[in-house]
Amino acid sequence: MLAESLALSAALFAIGVVGVLTRRNAMIVFMCVELMLNAVNLSFVALSRLYGATGQVFVIFVMTVAAAEAAVGLAIVIAIFRHKQSVDLQNINLLRG
Amino acid sequence: MMTTHLPETGHPLADTAARFVWLLPLLPLLGFLINGALALTAAAKIGPDDPSAGHGHHNDHDAAHGHDAHDHGHGHDDHHPVRHPHAGIVSLVGPGVLLAAFGLAVAIFLAMKGTKMEEPYVLDLFRWMPVGDLKINAAFQLDPLSMVMVMIITGIGSLIHIFSVGYMQDDPGYPRYFAYLNLFVFFMLLLVLGANYPLMFVGWEGVGLCSYLLIGFWFSEEANANAGKKAFIVNRIGDFGFLIAMFLLFANIGTLDYVGVAEAASKLPVGGAVITAICLFFFLGCTGKSAQIPLYVWLPDAMAGPTPVSALIHAATMVTAGVYLIARSSILFSMAPTASLTVALVGGLTALFAATIGLKQWDIKKVLAYSTVSQLGYMFVGVGVGAYTAGVFHLMTHAFFKALLFLGSGSVIFAMHRAYHATHNHDDAQDMRNMGGLRKFMPVTWALMWIATLAIAGIPPFAGFFSKDEILGTVFARANAGPLSTASLLGIPGHSVLLLVYVIGLASALLTAIYMTRMMIYTFHGPNRTGAAEQPHLAEAPWIMTGPLIVLGVLSAFGGWLNLPELLPIGPIGTLEHWLEPVVGAATARMAGAGEHVAVNTEWVLIGVAVAIAVVGMSIAFARLKPALLVPKSASPEAEGFAKVLEHKYYVDEFYDDAVVQPLKGLSSTVLWKGVDAGIIDGLFVNGSAAVTRALGWLGAQVQSGQVGTYAWVLVIGVLALLGAFTSGR
Repeated sequence: MLAESLALSAALFAIGVVGVLTRRNAMIVFMCVELMLNAVNLSFVALSRLYGATGQVFVIFVMTVAAAEAAVGLAIVIAIFRHKQSVDLQNINLLRG
Repeated sequence: MMTTHLPETGHPLADTAARFVWLLPLLPLLGFLINGALALTAAAKIGPDDPSAGHGHHNDHDAAHGHDAHDHGHGHDDHHPVRHPHAGIVSLVGPGVLLAAFGLAVAIFLAMKGTKMEEPYVLDLFRWMPVGDLKINAAFQLDPLSMVMVMIITGIGSLIHIFSVGYMQDDPGYPRYFAYLNLFVFFMLLLVLGANYPLMFVGWEGVGLCSYLLIGFWFSEEANANAGKKAFIVNRIGDFGFLIAMFLLFANIGTLDYVGVAEAASKLPVGGAVITAICLFFFLGCTGKSAQIPLYVWLPDAMAGPTPVSALIHAATMVTAGVYLIARSSILFSMAPTASLTVALVGGLTALFAATIGLKQWDIKKVLAYSTVSQLGYMFVGVGVGAYTAGVFHLMTHAFFKALLFLGSGSVIFAMHRAYHATHNHDDAQDMRNMGGLRKFMPVTWALMWIATLAIAGIPPFAGFFSKDEILGTVFARANAGPLSTASLLGIPGHSVLLLVYVIGLASALLTAIYMTRMMIYTFHGPNRTGAAEQPHLAEAPWIMTGPLIVLGVLSAFGGWLNLPELLPIGPIGTLEHWLEPVVGAATARMAGAGEHVAVNTEWVLIGVAVAIAVVGMSIAFARLKPALLVPKSASPEAEGFAKVLEHKYYVDEFYDDAVVQPLKGLSSTVLWKGVDAGIIDGLFVNGSAAVTRALGWLGAQVQSGQVGTYAWVLVIGVLALLGAFTSGR
């Protein structure tokens, strides 16, 4: 049971990473990040059977931070869209050196 | 290493007036502060709206203002210049502090006279530079030598301060003038009273500063400002020698105070390289300060300053600091025969060289300036051959008669300038060709100047005869016996060098008599050439100026009695020699060796030759120059041949300009400025480091693409690499 859970977690994380690396739409990249966070949550929960409830507590923390991050991140994406009429990451390079 | 000489309570002088020796330099310093403050407040008050402000430097009576003054000096119809608002109090403070210092000096002198001075009296004030092995105290040293110098400085200084009250009366910079003059006396007293070389160096630099300030006193004329700069810069070369000598002393002896050096010097080998180098570097310092070849060129230009300044600084005191330095270091010099021979030879050559130039100068002050250079040469001949007493003696008599000559010329220029000023004449007030016949208008000055002329020419019984004769006599004696005659200079035996110096000395004495008599004839004799309109305005200077002249006249006439030779027992014999014995006695004895005296008959012959030469010189001048045939400057023909070379001072200034100044300027502008400064420092270091930083920044900027995807790739690769690194070790 544990092995399957961890495998699923790894698969979800990998999907998230590939999504972040390959997609150009900011919204999708954003969702892929959420996917990675949740993959980690899954492994926390799975491992809590072995190591006690600490992992489950951590999941709550991660979800809280993820919610805050989602609020800020979405606000930024909206602001960028208003400014550029696009959320394509290749068009957003204001921090170029 | 250094033994500190704490105030020796056991010293016989400790309970006398000598314990107030610190007050000596403090008095002039106080005068400087007061006069300086007055100069500043007055300067702050005179605004552009003040009618007296436009009265400025030029329009005022600048008696010694030199050639260019007249272009500016007569534009206004103002024959009654306004005196400085603070002139009254300045006239009290300026000479007052000097007189007070002189009174104290006399008190100390009397105290010292009553004691047996075996050891110098050293008064430690505070620890000045305690650095590791180097322990330098601010300390004053009173001994017979510094006492003589203090008496000359405060005594002659007082007279010249009093003279200045009259001479500078209408100058708008009156308080500033006295402030500088007081400051000079402060530093000069520091120079001679300091108990160690560094303290002397402070005074040495300080008098240089005051010399610069006073040469450029009328700085609104560019020539005067340049003369000041020239004096300062040329002296820097000499000061470098003084510093090196001090470093060598400390490195080899480990102490810098006179008492310690005198004790420790005996450890060094006589005639060794170290002691010779120390003495030669000290002498380099002397050539700067005391205007000897090759650094004498600043002194004639220094005549741009007011004439009393020339009398005090550039004749009587500051320029003799080099002679004082050698007399003070007599122990060292007596151990370095080669260096002493160099001193004597350079002194002799300077005496001759300057005397020839003096033959053809027209500016009365320039004649006296070259005469001063020449007489300083004599003093160095004296201290060079180990006749330290004679050198100091000539220093003293020279202070008397040269101060008199300068002040006398000052009073002549004062009269000339007033006359030209009154008639709006733009001619040269310092050119002797424009004078003539002044005897009729200025009889007191005339008589006193003749006394000084006879003194400098070496006519007995005036002061200069005794001192000059003593120097020449010693040169002759040392040439024939003693360590100098057996030493050698650049392979030439000392005997020949000293004989040459003796002959040069006689030749210079001849020239001295000629140029001084020429000056007197041009200035005072024959018909007046100033101009018919000016003649009614020519008059003797006020009493405040002639008074000091009379005192100096008495000193010039009878100063020789201070150190009479044994041959002429017309008074106490060798007073000064006995007085200075504790300071220079040992060194003199070492230089004399076994054969101190020449035969009495020979000595009479030497004296006879010297006097005959002086008389011949004066006769030549009288024979060659017929006062009635002399013409004013405007009618004078151009000099030709060798006379022209002399008039142009052998073109030494031009030579130095071509050989030193211009190459240095060229080097500075091409290599040092455009090459080193603009090229290496600015180009390579400053702009170069900026360019390197910019290039590195550009490289870093290329990584920052701004593409989030790229950053994410880098991040993932980094994470994978870290994971691989952490897991591969298992």
